[in-house]
Amino acid sequence: MINPIDPPRRKNPLLRTRLPASPPRARSRKSHGFTRAAAEGRFMLQRCAACNTFAYPARDACPSCLSADLPFVDAPRRGTLLAETTARVPSDVYFRERAPWRIGLVKMDCGPTIVAHLHADCSEGAPVRMSFQLDKSGQAVAFARPEEETPNMDDDRQWREMTADPKFRRVLVTNGRSAIGLETVTALQAAGAKTVFVGVAEPWRPFAGEQHLRKLDGIEIVALDASDEKSVADLAADIGGKVDILINTTEYIRPGGVLDRKGTAIAREEIDHAYLGFLNLAQGFGPAMRMRGADGVNSSAAWVNVLSVYALANWPAYGAYSASQAACLSLSHCLRAELRPGGVKLTNLFTGPVDTEWFQMVPPPKVAPRAIAQAIVAALKSGLEDVYVGDVAEEIRQRLAANPKALERELDR
Amino acid sequence: MQSSNLLELAGAISSGAVRVVDLTFTLSPDFPVIVLPPEFSPAAPVRIQELSRYDARGPAWYWNNVSFCEHTGTHFDAPIHWFTGKDLPNNAVDTMPPKDMLAPACVIDCSAQAKQDPDFLLTIPVVEAWEAQHGRIPERNWVLLRTDWSKKGWRDYANLRDDGAHTPGPNPAVMKWLVEQRGIIGFGTETIGTDAGQAGHFDPPYPAHHFLHGAGRYGLQCLCNLDQLPAKGAVIIASPLKIQNGSGSPLRVIALVSSS
Repeated sequence: MINPIDPPRRKNPLLRTRLPASPPRARSRKSHGFTRAAAEGRFMLQRCAACNTFAYPARDACPSCLSADLPFVDAPRRGTLLAETTARVPSDVYFRERAPWRIGLVKMDCGPTIVAHLHADCSEGAPVRMSFQLDKSGQAVAFARPEEETPNMDDDRQWREMTADPKFRRVLVTNGRSAIGLETVTALQAAGAKTVFVGVAEPWRPFAGEQHLRKLDGIEIVALDASDEKSVADLAADIGGKVDILINTTEYIRPGGVLDRKGTAIAREEIDHAYLGFLNLAQGFGPAMRMRGADGVNSSAAWVNVLSVYALANWPAYGAYSASQAACLSLSHCLRAELRPGGVKLTNLFTGPVDTEWFQMVPPPKVAPRAIAQAIVAALKSGLEDVYVGDVAEEIRQRLAANPKALERELDR
Repeated sequence: MQSSNLLELAGAISSGAVRVVDLTFTLSPDFPVIVLPPEFSPAAPVRIQELSRYDARGPAWYWNNVSFCEHTGTHFDAPIHWFTGKDLPNNAVDTMPPKDMLAPACVIDCSAQAKQDPDFLLTIPVVEAWEAQHGRIPERNWVLLRTDWSKKGWRDYANLRDDGAHTPGPNPAVMKWLVEQRGIIGFGTETIGTDAGQAGHFDPPYPAHHFLHGAGRYGLQCLCNLDQLPAKGAVIIASPLKIQNGSGSPLRVIALVSSS
């Protein structure tokens, strides 16, 4: 059993803020099958299509029958910890700073033996639940946790290196004017965030939920219009050094595509809010976040974007909006790479139509804003990178993987 | 007019005998813009993007890109802005006669009434009472409605409620009367529009826009410092940007006021 982590004290201003070191990064191309699994929170191993043998680590041929047909498939997570060891003085800078560090050999029920990082509550001979996690280099590593829940399980020191748990962290929700923003504030507070900064643009304009927001304890309402360069820079100057998690809930949704709209004024608004808003936020808050990736219990940890799943495949009914989301998706990959030296995760949540006013005429199923908020917290707590919220988003993901052309034709309705 | 008179004016401005009053709000991204139902094209707010500030992007110079709707900040409305003025000649900011950019102003102080009632409406009797004190409004004068609205915080300034904005303005009758009976050159307010916040419910809707622009007259809104102007005798310089076929523009509005 592990003790709960203490709330972090205020920083000693006489001490230098430690720069984030990164764990080893090199991987084979084949190994990125695990990266994909880790990004989505799935546990996948290679299984030989010819003889059904599970293999690990990543291989080009089956160790049993030499078949080259070794696809990654979802695999059972259960295993047994055979042996453990503690690295006390590692030579690698990242692990040296975090020593002692426990690793172990896990015999999977499905066959292979895997070297894994260990949760403190794992003991030799006991069953474990295996997962692939993205480490501070953004690479997949195997992580073994006890099979059953244990007290304060999420507070494990090694586990917290793999996640972006909001507990004790300070979070900026960029748009508190939206239903998603409001629900996210509530979910973060329930998850133990120390402070939630809530951005409100154009404070002279009343909005639904404003009274509710102003009555909440433990939040700070801040002036923030993501589409305005100066507004973002001003807020970053104030709180940039204490935003550990940034949740980009900026939204600007309008129906319509190309030919049935006249002119580009609305498209420009879409781009100003979604794409340039994202860019402004990244330039404002990204540098300090990248620098504070190893800044103690409340180090900077993650950047979250709430995107439409139609960033992946254009939905002509909301075609121009889809395009603005695709631009954000592309930019997010750039920002993810640029945040990597800081060990800061970038998580994209993909949602189908949300149950809000701008999707009024869209038939169910629609995603409830609360479901998105809960998915954000869950993603942070388990360190995911790509999250599909709701049935529509999951279906689009699967259809895109199966046949992008079919999806394109079928969205054109 | 002799050129010596112009030089005399320049001298009076220089000496302070003629005061120069700035009636303009700073053009900034956080200034409220007109709010329309979201299904209509929205007015883009002011945006300022820094190009360089004596740095690697331009070592010796500071400059910005700016963008905004024609109707943001302290701004000018040309007749082409409204359907009633769409077919008039020279109805846009680039074609309007330059001499219309300089005219005297009558300032009607309704700040006390507006303080009591955010939906206060200027009416003919109110103007007649003003005329009884200051004389008839001369032709080709601006009429500026002082409400002290410009002194409010942004939220009270926009004053949006669930049934729309509540800000003072003119009623339909006085607008028609000022245009037809007094021949004003234009009408100016401190609020976000020349019309009252609830003017969409008037007959005709938005009477200031309707009557002013239908008769080729102009609008000025989001003015400030009207409390520094005399009821009569100030001269307004309002020259909008020369935007091709522009319906209006943010501008610097200056008033010349004799100190004596």
